[in-house]
Amino acid sequence: MSELKRTPLRDFHAANGGRLVDFAGWEMPVQYQSILEEHKAVRRTAGLFDVSHMGEVDVRGPDAGRFLNHLVTNDVAKLYPGRVLYSPMCYANGGVVDDLLVYMRGAGDFLVVVNASNISKDVAWMREQAGVYDISITDRSDEYALLAVQGPRAAEIVQSLSGAKLGLVKYYHFTEATVAGVACLVSRTGYTGEDGFELYHAPGDAVALANALLEAGRPRGLQLAGLGARDSLRLEAGYPLYGHEITADISPLAAGLGWTVKLEKGADFIGRAALLAEKQTGSAQRIIFFKTGDRRIIRAGAPVLQADGTPAGRVVSGTLSPILNEAIGSALVSAAAAAQPLITDVRGTKLNLQLVKPPFVELKKSSP
Amino acid sequence: MSNIPAELRYAKSHEWLKLESDGSVVIGITDYAQNSLGDITYVQMPKVGATLKAGDTFGVVESVKAASDLYAPIDGTVVAVNSALDAAPETVNRAPYGEGWMLRLKPATPGAAEQLLDAAAYGKLVS
Repeated sequence: MSELKRTPLRDFHAANGGRLVDFAGWEMPVQYQSILEEHKAVRRTAGLFDVSHMGEVDVRGPDAGRFLNHLVTNDVAKLYPGRVLYSPMCYANGGVVDDLLVYMRGAGDFLVVVNASNISKDVAWMREQAGVYDISITDRSDEYALLAVQGPRAAEIVQSLSGAKLGLVKYYHFTEATVAGVACLVSRTGYTGEDGFELYHAPGDAVALANALLEAGRPRGLQLAGLGARDSLRLEAGYPLYGHEITADISPLAAGLGWTVKLEKGADFIGRAALLAEKQTGSAQRIIFFKTGDRRIIRAGAPVLQADGTPAGRVVSGTLSPILNEAIGSALVSAAAAAQPLITDVRGTKLNLQLVKPPFVELKKSSP
Repeated sequence: MSNIPAELRYAKSHEWLKLESDGSVVIGITDYAQNSLGDITYVQMPKVGATLKAGDTFGVVESVKAASDLYAPIDGTVVAVNSALDAAPETVNRAPYGEGWMLRLKPATPGAAEQLLDAAAYGKLVS
């Protein structure tokens, strides 16, 4: 196996009790003291996450906006400098290459943020699609560290370290500002369903920024939070994770992300024809979200059955909601089965899946 | 470093056994085991009266990360289970050798528990 990649905060995590694991080829903290407690801290006060493994790609040039609007399903033409957009990026057949954020810095100047596990695949895909567009695509992933501060007290914590008026930065907007003396792209985004900021900065500043955020945050209830809590928070919020709710075989329509597929945006985009046909005929399979009323976790891969035992699909994500104190999850099921009573089997015990329209808990921010 | 109380006996599968003065044996999982599992979210136990053979799975302990079988270290009959763990499985994380105990066995063979690992031997296993 090749050597695990490290973020600039690897030793910071180890020194703070982080339990380091292999995540998509990166040595990342899955937890510090307790996934459940870190999750609750983010819902109640604040959590600090290192997500420096995420990929950052510059797309620049006179055609950058037009190119991106061809590349992704959401409407890039609606962006203006300082605005962020969430979108799937699809294959021609409507399957998902990745989901990403597009930051518009200025005319012909965009930053695209992609999942760590997909960086090389995404950059290669983007270059293949560049064709006649007058653009340059540059992988800047090694030039950015990324810290996420999430939770009801996150904004207050970041503001305490900055002279900029961060209250003016609304949800899914960003600005350039100094936080704890560190030059940051300050983005009011996140993957937890809570208010908060994601701070993009130079890797050499990461330890100083993390320590400053920890020091300012601890008196306000902030805890270090690992990828375990990040996953349970995103599932509780009903957000998709590439490789689970969206894959090359699960379209954004099947995943319930129809709001990100702008068929009528006035630009042809990769996957449009397939997604239009899927919309007209209906998706053959669908992602559903469920809870069980039981504490036994229904893990990815568990079979989903109709009441008579007919196979209906499989679980794609599952965890214990630390807030509801019961198992929650998502499953890929045939469209015909999606409206029927569904069950699963845990070590021989049949459990009913209670369908839920996410988020599972009340959120301040319910959609990206 | 894991906490490994000197007065207990241990199985290689990370259960501890406490010999009681009435001849019964209390069983739980070790500090090392709870720490490896992380946040424990569910503990599935046998029924009182169940007969176990050494090596049988007697239950399941689930954490956010994984579900793991629990193994009976000796032959015996279940005389009590810790039903408080149904509502508060995280007790196993907090107090693996105390309130987080799992079941009480009446051993089929008196003295069977003494044949298991002592604290020093278990300490070597997990170091």
